[in-house]
Amino acid sequence: MASATAREGVAAAPTGKRERRGNLGMILFYIFLVVFVLVSVFPLLWVFKMSIVTKSELFASPPTFWPQNPTGASWSRVFSNPDFLKALRNSVIISGITTVACLFFGSIAAYSIARLRFHFKSAVLTFILAIAFFPQVAIIAPLFKQFSEIGLINTYWAAIVADTVFALPLTVWLLVAFFRELPKDLEEAARVDGATTIQAFRKVIIPLAAPGVFTAAILTFIQAWGDYIFANTFLFDSSTQPVTVIIPNFAGVHTIDYGAQSAAAVIVTVPLVVLVLIFQRRIVSGLTAGAVKG
Amino acid sequence: MATVAKKRRGRGWLKEEFGSPDRRAAYYMVLPVFLIVLAVAFYPVVDSIWLSLHGGTATITGPFVGFENYATMFQNSNFQQGLVDTIIFTVASVTIEFVIGLGVALAINRSFKGRGLVRAAVLVPWAFPTAISAVMWRLMFQDQIGVISYVAHALGLISSPILSNTHLLLIACILVDAWKTTPFMALLLLAGLQTIPEDVYEAARVDGANAMQRFLRITLPLLKPTILVAVLFRTLDAYRVYDLFWVMTGQQLESLSTFVYESVRISQLQFPEGNAAAVFIFVTAFLLALFFIKVLGMQTSTEE
Repeated sequence: MASATAREGVAAAPTGKRERRGNLGMILFYIFLVVFVLVSVFPLLWVFKMSIVTKSELFASPPTFWPQNPTGASWSRVFSNPDFLKALRNSVIISGITTVACLFFGSIAAYSIARLRFHFKSAVLTFILAIAFFPQVAIIAPLFKQFSEIGLINTYWAAIVADTVFALPLTVWLLVAFFRELPKDLEEAARVDGATTIQAFRKVIIPLAAPGVFTAAILTFIQAWGDYIFANTFLFDSSTQPVTVIIPNFAGVHTIDYGAQSAAAVIVTVPLVVLVLIFQRRIVSGLTAGAVKG
Repeated sequence: MATVAKKRRGRGWLKEEFGSPDRRAAYYMVLPVFLIVLAVAFYPVVDSIWLSLHGGTATITGPFVGFENYATMFQNSNFQQGLVDTIIFTVASVTIEFVIGLGVALAINRSFKGRGLVRAAVLVPWAFPTAISAVMWRLMFQDQIGVISYVAHALGLISSPILSNTHLLLIACILVDAWKTTPFMALLLLAGLQTIPEDVYEAARVDGANAMQRFLRITLPLLKPTILVAVLFRTLDAYRVYDLFWVMTGQQLESLSTFVYESVRISQLQFPEGNAAAVFIFVTAFLLALFFIKVLGMQTSTEE
């Protein structure tokens, strides 16, 4: 009897310990996650807070944690600033056209690489993907010269052309991965029915690949929206400058208007946060596509 | 005879490659992207090399001077500072991102409640434009209104304003970069972890391997291809850092890219040196990639 209880006790002890350690592990795990999530979103929340406090509260020391008298003054200053509104429009135009151009040229090339047979395929793909690693700064001087010669400086096209080339590797990479996963049968059936390569691509592949194309569009747009170096190099007039160039120089009459700068920073990042929240699953699968396959 | 046969085969190959309408269509379809990339990225690099071997200014190209611009560039104290800062920044930020990213990836490589929320939250810093996150952090580092400055002062961590001390600024840049790109690293590594089959761990557990052994003998070797891709990607990205240094430090901290930008866009006299620095960045980045591929054995196969 005694020995049996003892043995049971011995047998029970490790399980209990493991369970307790498991619970503790879970608690630590969730603490870790909470810290990680808070650190990730903290700057956005804090800058949002800075955008809705009064000027005296902004300069209060110690800083207030919770806004005392929330005000929309900074926000209305931003929205009544014509340069900011113009920049917002410029950003939408530049990123929008860049996205369309990348999808148009990128999907055609990606289909060829993913589906058709030709000899220099892997060389062509390497050539395109190499751009993703290019130091942009290595080409700004020659591009500036050429853009000046053909009169592109200070026009949307200077930023669009440069952004397109640097976003294309991402677009092509994503679309190649998506096209490769589509079933071949439908396309072959179309070919049997006498469709040409181009028709098969347009009528069969594009509709089937719509979700993948959509993901590529989001990622390309986010990349183009974030461009700073090309816009800062080629555009020096508020009529064409995007938000990334305008906001760092957000000046009042004599000093930087911190409240308005905070509000502006929040305004241009919130749409991206919304996109990310809605499409997180697609974005993650797009970002990690291929990188894992090698 | 042999050469004739070879020629015929060669011609046959060319005929097969460009003769059939399908093959030709394949080439036509990649041609636009190929030409765009050639004209807007590769040609300017060649042009940069040419400019770096000549004197002159942004508007007038001077006489051929050989490698003289490179010699003056290496003696330029701003370039030296930029090189040192860029190397410190790259090594430190990529190391931090890799270690934390791997930790996060290992931690969330299981199903748990709130996984979607965590994934969405980690994407937030990634989605921000770098220039805008630099503005946000600058606001928080600001001496009068910055919450981080206040806390760091209160804790006695710093005695001078962050935004006017280049050592503190370099540390700040490293931390902000880690904040922004650790999620990306974690997501890539997590995707890699998910390709390791559970049976391998099960077998090792049956054989009595402890957690540390399983990590060192299974996880790391099987994750190596993903690690190399992620680390190379981040290294080349950190090495060309421009937005963060330019915006967050108010142009006080020099990186290789900010040196090039200043030389070719702002200074009137340093144009040839700036081009030499541009070529220097390009060549060293290329060598870095080559090192990863040849020495560390990164897989570059793009075929399935």
